[in-house]
Amino acid sequence: MSDTAVNVTSKKDWASDQEVRWCPGCGDYGILLAVQQLMPELGVAPENTVFISGIGCSSRFPYYMNTYGVHSIHGRAPAIATGVAIARPDLDVWVVTGDGDGLSIGGNHLIHALRRNVDLTILLFNNRIYGLTKGQYSPTSEIGKVTKSTPAGSIDPPFNPLSVALGAEASFVARTHDLDRKHMMETFRAAHDHRGAAFVEIFQNCNVFNDGQFTDIVRRQNRDEMLIELVHGEPIRFGADRQRGVSVGADGQLRIVDVAEVGEEAILVHDAERNDPSLAFALARLSNDDHSPTPFGIFRRVQRQEYASAIAAQLAQASERKGPGDLAALLRSNGTWNVTSTN
Amino acid sequence: MPNRHRVVVITGPERYGCRWERGRTYMTDTQPGAPDIDEASLLHRLVVRFAGDSGDGMQLTGDRFTSVSASYGNDLSTFPDYPAEIRAPAGTVHGVSAFQVHISDHEITTPGDQPNVLVAMNPAALMADLGRLERGGTLIVNEDAFDERNLQKAGYATDPLGDGSLDTYRVIHVPMTSLTKEATASLGVKPRDAERSKNFFALGLVSWMYTRPIDPTLEWIETKFGTNELVAGANREAFLAGYNFGETTEAVGHRYEVRPAQLPGGEYTSVTGNTALAWGIVAAGQLAKLPVTLGSYPITPASDILHELSKHKQFGVRTVQAEDEIAAIGMALGAAFAGHLGVTATSGPGVALKSETTSLAVSVELPLLIVDIQRGGPSTGLPTKTEAADLNIAMYGRHSEAPLPIVAAYSPTHCFAAAIEAVRIAVKYRTPVILLSDGFLANGSEPWRLPDVDTLPDISVPFATAYNGTDSDGEDVFYPFQRDPETLARPWAIPGTRDLMHRIGGLEKADVTGNISYDSENHERMVKLRAAKVARIADDLPPIELVGDLDADVCVLGWGSTWAAIDAGVQRRRREGHKVAWVHLTHLSPLPNDLGDILRRFERVVVPELNMGQLCRIVRAEYLVDATAVTKMQGLPFTTAEIEAAIDTALDAVASNGGTPTTTTDNHGQGRP
Ligand code: SF4
Repeated sequence: MSDTAVNVTSKKDWASDQEVRWCPGCGDYGILLAVQQLMPELGVAPENTVFISGIGCSSRFPYYMNTYGVHSIHGRAPAIATGVAIARPDLDVWVVTGDGDGLSIGGNHLIHALRRNVDLTILLFNNRIYGLTKGQYSPTSEIGKVTKSTPAGSIDPPFNPLSVALGAEASFVARTHDLDRKHMMETFRAAHDHRGAAFVEIFQNCNVFNDGQFTDIVRRQNRDEMLIELVHGEPIRFGADRQRGVSVGADGQLRIVDVAEVGEEAILVHDAERNDPSLAFALARLSNDDHSPTPFGIFRRVQRQEYASAIAAQLAQASERKGPGDLAALLRSNGTWNVTSTN
Repeated sequence: MPNRHRVVVITGPERYGCRWERGRTYMTDTQPGAPDIDEASLLHRLVVRFAGDSGDGMQLTGDRFTSVSASYGNDLSTFPDYPAEIRAPAGTVHGVSAFQVHISDHEITTPGDQPNVLVAMNPAALMADLGRLERGGTLIVNEDAFDERNLQKAGYATDPLGDGSLDTYRVIHVPMTSLTKEATASLGVKPRDAERSKNFFALGLVSWMYTRPIDPTLEWIETKFGTNELVAGANREAFLAGYNFGETTEAVGHRYEVRPAQLPGGEYTSVTGNTALAWGIVAAGQLAKLPVTLGSYPITPASDILHELSKHKQFGVRTVQAEDEIAAIGMALGAAFAGHLGVTATSGPGVALKSETTSLAVSVELPLLIVDIQRGGPSTGLPTKTEAADLNIAMYGRHSEAPLPIVAAYSPTHCFAAAIEAVRIAVKYRTPVILLSDGFLANGSEPWRLPDVDTLPDISVPFATAYNGTDSDGEDVFYPFQRDPETLARPWAIPGTRDLMHRIGGLEKADVTGNISYDSENHERMVKLRAAKVARIADDLPPIELVGDLDADVCVLGWGSTWAAIDAGVQRRRREGHKVAWVHLTHLSPLPNDLGDILRRFERVVVPELNMGQLCRIVRAEYLVDATAVTKMQGLPFTTAEIEAAIDTALDAVASNGGTPTTTTDNHGQGRP
C-alpha cells in the first residue's frame, strides 16, 4: 500500500491515456500541465494519490491524471473527498472544483471541509463564468456582467473566494493564476505539503465564454504593476522597481502606497502564519475588481488540528481504553439474562 | 398450478428464534384457549401504558418496567409514543408522552392492541389515552394533577374523577405528587425537585401490583444517579413509597403476577431496533472485514444510530456528523471508494436529499448502505410517529434507471440481521442498498436470544489487486468495469493498490474499460447490465418461507414492522380453524424469484401496509395477482384486531364465492387503534 519512501516518477507517469477535451486555448491546460509536472517533484506515488472533482469544465481534471479519481456530482467533491481522507489518511487527496461547483451548488461542503481542516488540497479554478453549461454568470461574476442568463446585467454581488475560505477558518489560503506555471507549482507544492485543508484559488481564463477576464492583471507586460506577490516574512512591495507597497492606515485599512512617500518601515511585512486571519482577510479584499493591483501567493498558512488524524486518534484512544472491538461483548452491553431450555 | 420452487411451509409456532438471521420467532400472541387471568392471580399477559407530560419521565419509567420484566424472563414488546416537541406546553394533550409495554408468560410480538392498565399522570394524559384502555381496565391516576388549571388545559369541562364518566373502569386514585413530596421530605429535597420523582412513585406502585422484582430498579437508580445523592435518594424513596402504597392501601387491591415466558433456552438481552441496527452495522463491518465509516446528519428517528455507532470506535468505526444529508452520503461514498464500508443513516426527507448521490453510487457501482428509518410524511410530517411509506422512494426515488436492492427489517431484533444482509448484498454486488426500518421498530424493544457471533457468516469480498485484461497492444491493463460473470459485480480496486489506478464518475462508462463513453449502444447495454446485476440478486436469496397453510384461500403478504400484528392476527385466525397463509418479505428489491408462483396459488392476497398500498401496487404490476391493500396512515402500527378484520374480510369474500374485492380498504380496525 502506501509507500513512505520517496517515489521516483516522471511527468508521463502522471498523465492518463485519455484525450484532454477542454476547448483549445483554455486556461485549464496550463493548470493540468503544472500539476503533472509538479507531481514527480513531490516524491509521491500515483497509486497513493486521489483526485476528486464535482461537475464543470475544471472537474474533468481527474480523467487526465493517471491516479485514482472520482468525477462526482456537482458541488459534492469536498464531501466525497472528506470520506476518502478520513477512511485513508495515508492517501494524498486533491479536490478540483470551480467557482460554480465550489461556491454555488457546493458552497456548504466547501466551507465545512475547510472548517474541519480535512487534509485536502483544494484547487478552485475561478473563471467567473459557467463554461460547461455554455455561459451563465457564476457566484464570482461581477455586478453588471451580461451573460445568457443576465441579459440586463448581473445584479448578484459576487463572492470573493479567498474571503469565503478565510471566513470558513481555512488554515491554508493561496491564490495563483493559469499563466504562471512556476508560481502555480510553488503554490500547489506548498498547498500539498500543508497538513489540513489547503485552499488555492486559480484565476483561470475561459477563452470561450469569458475571455480576458484577468488579462489586465495577469498579462506578462502588466504583471509587474498589477500582481502583488506575497512572500512570508518580506515587505509587501510590487512594481517594476518595487516602488509601491501595501501599508496599514491609521484607520486599520490596507492601502496601496508609494514606498518613497511613506518610507520602507511603513510597508506591511507579510506574515502568513499569523493566527489572527484579519490581515489575510484584508489582503484578500485589497482588490475588488480584476483591473487593479491584486495580491497573489500564500495569504495564510497556520497549523491546527487536522481532521482525519483527529478521528484516527480518537479510534486509537478507544482501542487503548476498551481493547479491540469484541462483538460478543457488544451484544451483551445492555445486560443479559439466561433462559434454560424447556424443550 | 405447477410449483417450480420449493415452498418452505412453517405451520408454527416454530422456534425460528434459534437462527441468527431471525430477529424473533414466528410466534403466537395469546396462549391457545387460555383466559387472560387464572385463579391463582397469574396473568398470562399484561399491557401497561404509562402516560404523562413530556417532562414527566414516562419514557424512562416505561423503559425501567421493561428492563425489569425482561430480566425477570417475560417476553415483551414495547411501543414508545411521544410528541415531536421536546417540551410541548405542559399539561396539554399534544404534549402527552406515553410508553406502552406488553409483557407475557408466552411468546408475543406486538405491544398489545389495548392496555389493561393505564397510568395517567395528569388530565391531558387521561384525555389522550383513555380511549385506548380496555373496557373495565385499570386506571391509575395522579389525582394531585387534576386541578382546575390542568383540567382546563386538557379540555375537560368537569372533573372526570368526580363526574362518573370513569365508572366502567377500575380507577385507583393516588395523590402521587404529595406522597412523593412526603416520602422525600426527610432528605431535604426541595418540593419542586421532589415532584420530579413522581414517575418513580408510579413505577413503584405498578411494580408492586404486578410483582416485579425491586432490586434491579434500586440498583439502576444507584448507577444512574449515584453521583447526585439527592436525586438518587429522591428517586429511591419515591419508588419505595409507591411500592409500599400498593402493599398497604386496600384500594389497590389484588396483586397479580406475570410468570417468565418459556422462551427458547439461551442468553437474552433486550434491545431497540435502532440499537440492534447499529450493532448489525458494527457486526457487518467485522464480517465483511471492512472498517465502517458512517456519515450522518441528525434526523428523527434515525439519530440514535449515529449516537450508538459513535460509541464504538474501538471497532474502527468512524462517524462524522456531516454538514447536511448530501454530505453524509457523499462521505460514505468516498469512504467506500477508499475501501471502507460506507454507511449513511437517515429518514425519508434525508433519503430525498441523498437521491442524487445514491444514483451516482448506482452508476459507479460501489457498495454503500443507506439506512432509512421511516416516519410519517411527506415533508416533516409526523417525525416521531411511525409509517412505512418510503417503499416507493426506495424503489423509484432516483432519476433515470437506477435500480438498487432493498432490504426491510421486520422486528426490533431483526434489524441486526437485516443490516448484515444488506451489507452482504452491497459488498458482494458493489451496489448501494437501502435498508428500511421505521419509527416503531427503531424505538420499540423486545428480548433477543443472542446469536453465537462465531456462527455469523463471512461476507467479505476480495479487493482487486492485479491487472484483469489486455489492451489492443497486448499490454496488461486494469478494466474497472470488467464484470464478474456470475454476479456481474465490477472489481473493487482501492486507492493504494499499485497499477490499478482508474477514474470513475457519473458520466456513462464504456462497458469493460470504464472510459467515458457517449456511445448510444454502450449506454443501453450499461443500463441493462446495471439492472441485470440487481435482478440477479434474486438467485442469491433463500426460498420464501410461507407461514400457515399452503392450501389456504387467503394469503397475507407483509413487509417491515407489520410483522408483529400480522403474526398475531394470522395465528389467532388459524387457531380458530381458518386456513390462512402468510408471506413476509425481507427483500423488496429484487423480489424473490418464487414470490409470483406462491402468490398465484391463493384466491385472495391481502397486503397490510402503513402506506397507501405501495407493495400491493408493485405485486399487482409484477405478477398480475389481484392483491388487496389494507392501509393505515395514523402514525401508529397496525393492531392485531385490524389484521384479523382484514383477514375476515378476505375470508368472507372467498366464502361468498369470490365477490369483487375492493382495491383499498381503509382502517379495518375495530374501534380506535
Ligand atoms: S468552456 Fe471555457 S472553461 Fe470550459 S473548457 Fe472551454 S474554455 Fe475552458
